[in-house]
Amino acid sequence: MSRIDTPAVGRMQTIARNPVMIALVMTLAIAGCASKKNMPNNANELGLGGAGAATPGSQQDFTVNVGDRIFFDTDSTSIRADAQQTLARQAQWLAKYPNYAITIEGHADERGTREYNLALGARRAASTRDYLVSQGVPANRMKTISYGKEKPVAVCDDISCWSQNRRAVTVLGGAGM
Amino acid sequence: MIKVSLFRALMVAAGMLVAVVAAAPANAEVVIDINKGKVEPLPIAVTDFLQGELGQKISDVVAADLKRSGLFAPINKGAFIEKISNPDATPRFEDWKVINAQALVTGRVTQEGDGRLKAEFRLWDTFGSKQMTGQQFFTQPENWRRVAHIIADAIYESVTGEKGYFDTRIVYVAESGPKTARKRQLAIMDQDGFNARALTNSNDIVLTPRFSPNRQEVTYMSFENQQPRVYLLQLETGQREVVGNFPGMTFSPRFSPDGQRVIMSLQQDGNANIYTMDLRSRTTTRLTNTAAIDTAPSYSPDGSQIAFESDRGGGQQIYVMGADGSGQRRISFGDGRYSTPVWSPRGDLIAFTKQSGGKFSIGVMKPDGSGERILTTGFHNEGPTWAPNGRVLMFFRQGAGAGGPQLYSIDISGYNEQPIQTQGFASDPAWSPLLE
Repeated sequence: MSRIDTPAVGRMQTIARNPVMIALVMTLAIAGCASKKNMPNNANELGLGGAGAATPGSQQDFTVNVGDRIFFDTDSTSIRADAQQTLARQAQWLAKYPNYAITIEGHADERGTREYNLALGARRAASTRDYLVSQGVPANRMKTISYGKEKPVAVCDDISCWSQNRRAVTVLGGAGM
Repeated sequence: MIKVSLFRALMVAAGMLVAVVAAAPANAEVVIDINKGKVEPLPIAVTDFLQGELGQKISDVVAADLKRSGLFAPINKGAFIEKISNPDATPRFEDWKVINAQALVTGRVTQEGDGRLKAEFRLWDTFGSKQMTGQQFFTQPENWRRVAHIIADAIYESVTGEKGYFDTRIVYVAESGPKTARKRQLAIMDQDGFNARALTNSNDIVLTPRFSPNRQEVTYMSFENQQPRVYLLQLETGQREVVGNFPGMTFSPRFSPDGQRVIMSLQQDGNANIYTMDLRSRTTTRLTNTAAIDTAPSYSPDGSQIAFESDRGGGQQIYVMGADGSGQRRISFGDGRYSTPVWSPRGDLIAFTKQSGGKFSIGVMKPDGSGERILTTGFHNEGPTWAPNGRVLMFFRQGAGAGGPQLYSIDISGYNEQPIQTQGFASDPAWSPLLE
C-alpha cells in the first residue's frame, strides 16, 4: 500500500483545493490497489470510466459526481460557501437514494493536540450533520464519528496538506455513534 | 495478546546490609543539589558486579540509568585502577580519587538455593572514605533488570535526597505504518525502553493510555467497533471493559489519585464536557457544563483540584476547578494556546503543551498560572507526563512530513533532553508511579 499511497499523495498536493478532483484521485488510488489483487476487467470497476460512468446511486457516483467531503478553515467548524454547495448536492443525492444510512466523519489537521482535535473533529461532524438536516436529510439517517487528527489523507508539512485533512466526509453506511 | 507479567508478582525483597553506615544524605559529602537548575554531573564509578556476565549486565543497567538522569557521569571502566575482588571490603579510596570518582558502586550477584537471585550493592563516598549505603535484594532471575533499576534508584536517592524513578514503566501508543494508514497498539515498557510488549492488537485506533495509581490498570481510549470510548484494561489479566455507558464519544481519561474514579470528556454534538465515573458505584458526575470543548482533565495529587483545558474563552487555555467542579478559573494567560495540563506528583507544577507562532512547546507553570517556563520548543511537541518524583517529564515529538512521533524526556530544569528508544514510532507516553 505504501508504495501506491506515496505518489497519490504527491498528486493530491499539486491539485489541492478541488474536492472533486481530490476525490477522483483517491478513487483511482484505491482502485489501483484493488486492481492488483482482483484484476477487474472493465473500466467501471477500475474507476477509470470518468465522472459520468459511475453507476447512478452507487458509492462511486456519490464520491465522484456529488463529492463526499467538505473542508474547513483552521480551527473552524463553520460550513464554507464551497462546502455548502457540496452539502446541497449531497442532500439532493441522499433524497434520491433514501436507503443509505450515513456516517459523517469529522477530521482535524495535525497542528493541534490529540484530545482537542478529537473534539474539534466531532464539532465538524456535528455542524456538517446539522447543515444536511437543514437541507432536508432526516437526522435519524445520520451518525457521526470523530477521528481527530488520527486519519490524515494528505501528508506533508505545510498548509496544502493540512487544509485537505481538515474535513468532514459523508460515508454511506459506515459506523458511528 | 502478549501476556503481561505482574508488577506485584516480582516479589523483590529488600534489606539493608549489616555493615551499612547510616545513609543520611544530609551528612554525606557526596550530594547533588537538584534544585540548582543545570547540574554538573557527579563522576561515579560503577564497577562490574561479581560474578560473571549477569553481574556485568546489572552494573551496565545501573550505570545507564544514572547517566540518563543527567546527574551522574559514569566513568569509563577502562580507567579503573583497583580491580574489585571483594565487594564487601573497603575499597582503596586513593585509587578511585585519582580518577576523580566521587562515588563508587560495588556489588555481587549470586543464585540462592531456591533459584532466586540475590543482588547486593554498596555505594561508597570515595573522598569521604566511607560507605553511604548498602542494600540487598532477592528476586527471580528473569527480573534482573528490575533489580538493577531498584539499585539505581537507591543510589539516586542516597546522593540527591530525592526518590528515584528508574523502577518505573511507560505505557504508550506504539505506531507503525504510513501516516495515512497508521497502526496503533497500546504498549508497555520499562522507563529505559527495554522489555517493551504490546497490550492490544493493532485493529483499532487506541489513544491516551494512563496508569492507575497502583500500576495494575490502564485507562485509555479505543475506537473498537467504531465506537470511540474510554476503556479500562487490567494489566494482570488483559481484561478490558468500557468505562460508563455514555451517549457519545468519551475520551481523554485519567485516574483520580485514589484510583477510585476515572475522569474524562464526553462529546455531545459540538461540545465536550468533563465527567467522572466512580469505578465501584458506577455513578457518573458531570463537572463542567459549557458550550465549549472542555477536555484533558488532570487531578492535583491530593485529589482536591482538577486542571483541564477549555476553549470557552476562544482558544484553548488551562483552567483549574475544585474536584466537585466548583470555582472554575482560567490560569494560563500567555501568548498562544495552552492544552494537556498535567499536575505534577509533587503538586508544585502543572506541565502543558503550548502552541505559539506555529511551534509546539512543552512547559511548566505553577498551579496559580505564575512562573511559566518553556522547556522545549519545536515543530511539534505534545503530551507531557511526569516521572513519579516530579523532576523529569516525558513527551512525544513529531517531525514535519511523513515520519512518526518519538518519545523524549527532559528535566524540569529544561536540561538533559533525551530520546527514549522504541522499536517503532511512539506517542502518548504515561509514566507509572513508583512501586511502594
